[in-house]
Amino acid sequence: MKLFAYHQPDQIPDAAKLLTSIEDSKLVAGGMTLIPTLKQRLASPVALVDLSKLGNLKGITDDGATITIGAMTPHAVVAASKLVQSKIPGLAALASMIGDPAVRRRGTIGGSVANNDPAADYPAGVLGLGAGIVTSTREIAADKFFLGLFETALEPSEIITAIRFPVPLKAGYAKFKAPASRYALVGVFVAKFADGVRLAVTGAGSGVFRVPPMEAALSQNFDPSAIAAIKIDTDGLTSDIHAEADYRAHLVTIMAKRAVDAALS
Amino acid sequence: MGNVIGIGASPKRKEDQRFLTGRGNYVSDIKRPGMTAGVFVRSPHGHAVLRGIDKSAVLAAPGVIAVLTGEDVAADKLGSLPCGWGISDAQGVPMKEPPFPMLAQGKVRFVGDMVAFVIAETPEQANAAAELLSVDYEVLPSVVGVLEAVRPGAPQLFDDVPNNICCDWELGDKAAVETAFRKAAHVAKLSLVNNRLIGNPMEPRAAVAEYEPGTDRFTLWTTSQFPHVVRFLMGALVLNIPQHKLRVVAPDVGGGFGVKQFHYGEEAVITWAAKRVHRPIKWVASRSEGYVSDRHGRDHVTEAELALDETGKFLAFRVNTLANMGGYLSTFGPNIPTNLYGPLLGGVYTTPAIYCNVKVVFTNTVPVDAYRGAGRPEATFVLERMVDVAASEMGIDRVEIRRRNMIPKEAYPYQTPVLVQYDSGDPMGCLDGALVAADVKSFGVRKAASASKGKFRGLGYSTYVEACGLAPSRFAGRLGARGGLYESATVRVHPTGQVTVMIGTHNHGQGHETTFAQIVSEKLGVSFEDVDIVFGDTDRVQFGMGTYGSRSLVVGGAALSKATDKVIVKGKKIAAHLLEAAEVDIQFEAGKFSVAGTDRIKTFEEIAGAAYVPHNYPLEVLEPGLEEQAYYDPVNFTYPGGCHIAEVEVDPETGTVTLVNYTAVDDVGTVINPMIVEGQLHGGIVQGVGQALFENAVYDESSGQLLSGSLMDYCMPRADHMPMMKVATHSTLCTHTPMGVKGCGEVGTIGSPAAVINAVVDALSHLGVTHVDMPATPNRIWRLLQNASLPVAAE
Repeated sequence: MKLFAYHQPDQIPDAAKLLTSIEDSKLVAGGMTLIPTLKQRLASPVALVDLSKLGNLKGITDDGATITIGAMTPHAVVAASKLVQSKIPGLAALASMIGDPAVRRRGTIGGSVANNDPAADYPAGVLGLGAGIVTSTREIAADKFFLGLFETALEPSEIITAIRFPVPLKAGYAKFKAPASRYALVGVFVAKFADGVRLAVTGAGSGVFRVPPMEAALSQNFDPSAIAAIKIDTDGLTSDIHAEADYRAHLVTIMAKRAVDAALS
Repeated sequence: MGNVIGIGASPKRKEDQRFLTGRGNYVSDIKRPGMTAGVFVRSPHGHAVLRGIDKSAVLAAPGVIAVLTGEDVAADKLGSLPCGWGISDAQGVPMKEPPFPMLAQGKVRFVGDMVAFVIAETPEQANAAAELLSVDYEVLPSVVGVLEAVRPGAPQLFDDVPNNICCDWELGDKAAVETAFRKAAHVAKLSLVNNRLIGNPMEPRAAVAEYEPGTDRFTLWTTSQFPHVVRFLMGALVLNIPQHKLRVVAPDVGGGFGVKQFHYGEEAVITWAAKRVHRPIKWVASRSEGYVSDRHGRDHVTEAELALDETGKFLAFRVNTLANMGGYLSTFGPNIPTNLYGPLLGGVYTTPAIYCNVKVVFTNTVPVDAYRGAGRPEATFVLERMVDVAASEMGIDRVEIRRRNMIPKEAYPYQTPVLVQYDSGDPMGCLDGALVAADVKSFGVRKAASASKGKFRGLGYSTYVEACGLAPSRFAGRLGARGGLYESATVRVHPTGQVTVMIGTHNHGQGHETTFAQIVSEKLGVSFEDVDIVFGDTDRVQFGMGTYGSRSLVVGGAALSKATDKVIVKGKKIAAHLLEAAEVDIQFEAGKFSVAGTDRIKTFEEIAGAAYVPHNYPLEVLEPGLEEQAYYDPVNFTYPGGCHIAEVEVDPETGTVTLVNYTAVDDVGTVINPMIVEGQLHGGIVQGVGQALFENAVYDESSGQLLSGSLMDYCMPRADHMPMMKVATHSTLCTHTPMGVKGCGEVGTIGSPAAVINAVVDALSHLGVTHVDMPATPNRIWRLLQNASLPVAAE
């Protein structure tokens, strides 16, 4: 690890100001990705701006048609939340499958979404539910937020404060864990709303993506059999030492079916 | 007299008190006055010419004390890292043994090869400065696989090692095997890969070195399984430090599995550097650094053929293997795929003719050496897979073909056609026990239950034997060992009757402090709490060859047993004097010396007291004191073995293999502490399951980069991968070790990969699958199913 300055502001505007004024500064939320990166000397920010002292970024609120989760809410809290478990059980299940117990205690929803790791779980839930990403300056629709490998629509000094999830009729998540890292080799989140079905895939490509043919089929018939024959094109899918693209494509269909099963159960 | 806890008891482990309360003393816990920090700069290329190194930016960086490179090593005329074994080909031509400089000279040969050592005031400064080293590399093409390395035109690692072949080794009667193959009713063939593994002990390697000008003595604290061997190899052969001027300490060590049983260049560099800078230096490897520098294991490509008669009797076995050595010869490197592999190809069967050829090959990868099991898991995997393939091709039940070929219990001692003679064993008894314990009878019911869920269930057997208790020195010397393989123990009885044992083996997780104390407690009748075991310090322990090859109890325990017997012999002489009886009339039992047939006794404490306060003592014929030492050199290897049965369930949709049941019935000879033995078996089995299902060290073919270079990409087995295991022992006693022990450290790792893969193949055999290479990952199984002859069962 290289030396860096450490700031712990208690107001969002102060945090945003630090980000703008110090070149090469980085936000740290739970630090589950950033800290290992620093330890391996793969990143060397001049300053870290810690979000943990900012007020009102933690907690889960019920707004009726939506559930709002503060950006600094750890995964373990979401997984154990009676509110999330009753309104969007698929999202609570997703949070319970992230990393290991230590990661789930420290890691936050805002940090995960802002990082947009191509194999992270939350992006699938956020895109699959069509959530809104609430920031220090605006609210961004999930469909406009994830821009590919570790890229998002966030401006340099913009800070995620909460994620607003519409409550679906049904939702489910199925994850095929990468054997070593236990990130998603392929993870599929499916959500059924009154006006149709959304389905988002993580782990398979360079970023989370939706599968319109599956959404259309499931909108007609919300049953695994509806998508059993829908194959995903291997173009743009990842090949690595754990899985080649055609296997990932195959898993998308399998995990999508299992996600629907999970939503129905 | 106190709390005797002897052979066969399972006390909680003495050492766990300090480990579980955070009071262990590991190398990285050591702090010395004025200590500096060392960092190695390692090659980022698999193969390159070192055209020049510019130290200036590093030397100008804050806190930097020194930068050392291969040129400095050459200028100081230091030795090459030695190989402890010299093997030869069939004509007696010695293996090619190119130098292995402790810091690279002229060329780098693997990603991780050491290029420079940077010493600074703090670890942060050393790390920051190390990044500034300017190295001019002329990158050359790399070759990482054995098949590619021996092809004409392949990149050559050394100018004088044509085709990268270090040695073309063979064993067995080639002509007899050819004759048998000509007469065979059936010949079964199998090609397989034994995957490359990385040991991953929980504690990364580390070292602290110090030079004391006042005494001209060096001290090296290192994460080693054999500090005395490091002292010898490094002092005598690399750094030219006289043995009495070098102390090597291996304190608490957090796991080894073979990774820490080699003399590493880091140890030599840091010791040499400590004198150059006149400051103590500490180096602690990161986990990532371990991946590219800890010696790797396995990595074979093999073609095997088994000749059978019409009844399924094995007539001859022929094995051709290419074994990866990596970029240089490590301490035991060439011994592992040859002497610890070929002699095990007889297994538990009566195969009369065996021939084995092993080409030992250099590649641009981390040097390969012993990893738990070391050669014997590879041999067992080839043989036990081969037996299943032959059974399947001939339509003979897998258990039945094993029975038809097994060495019967009455046939021991049994001379194999590949050097080794098994002293004892009962493979059929282990098999029978395992069949019952695994409830093989109701497997059909379980298979049907799996099928109803759309899963394929399979059962796999491995009936195996291994050779351990390394090793009879004379025999090993004939095979190419350059050192002895005995062990030593000193039993020091204090004036108050407590006992300190100095032993040359090293405890890094095996529970020696408990097991050895039980032996002393039993034999001397002293309290278990009154026995301490000292190891791992060349200044405190007389000598030793260390811990590897399941040798600690077998060889070290035998030395301890002998030394303890000597204490009793001397105690009897003292007792005879005190009790005014003839020595032959003195009996020793349960901590008491008595005159046979009388109630006259002296306790062990009284005898110890008399030995150190020799007022009434036969000083004319007996020295005072009560301390005895013994060296033990075994007359043969020991041959533990057994039967492992794995049961797996395969999800055809995803290709995921789940291990659902595991049964092992092993013959490890006498069991000193059943709890510790069970733990060793559990751990060994999990490591074997890791090889079979998860672990794989993968290199990029063109660049020589290690692609599985972290725990994020190298999959270690975890608790949730494992079912509750059924582990039992079915022991026959070793006929040549003092206590009948055989060793249990490696059997789990040796028996299990074949059992698991045989189960996976069984689960998929109805689809025409005849072999699955390790690791049987979901991706690999799915692809096999895509190519299988029958359609995958739909939901």
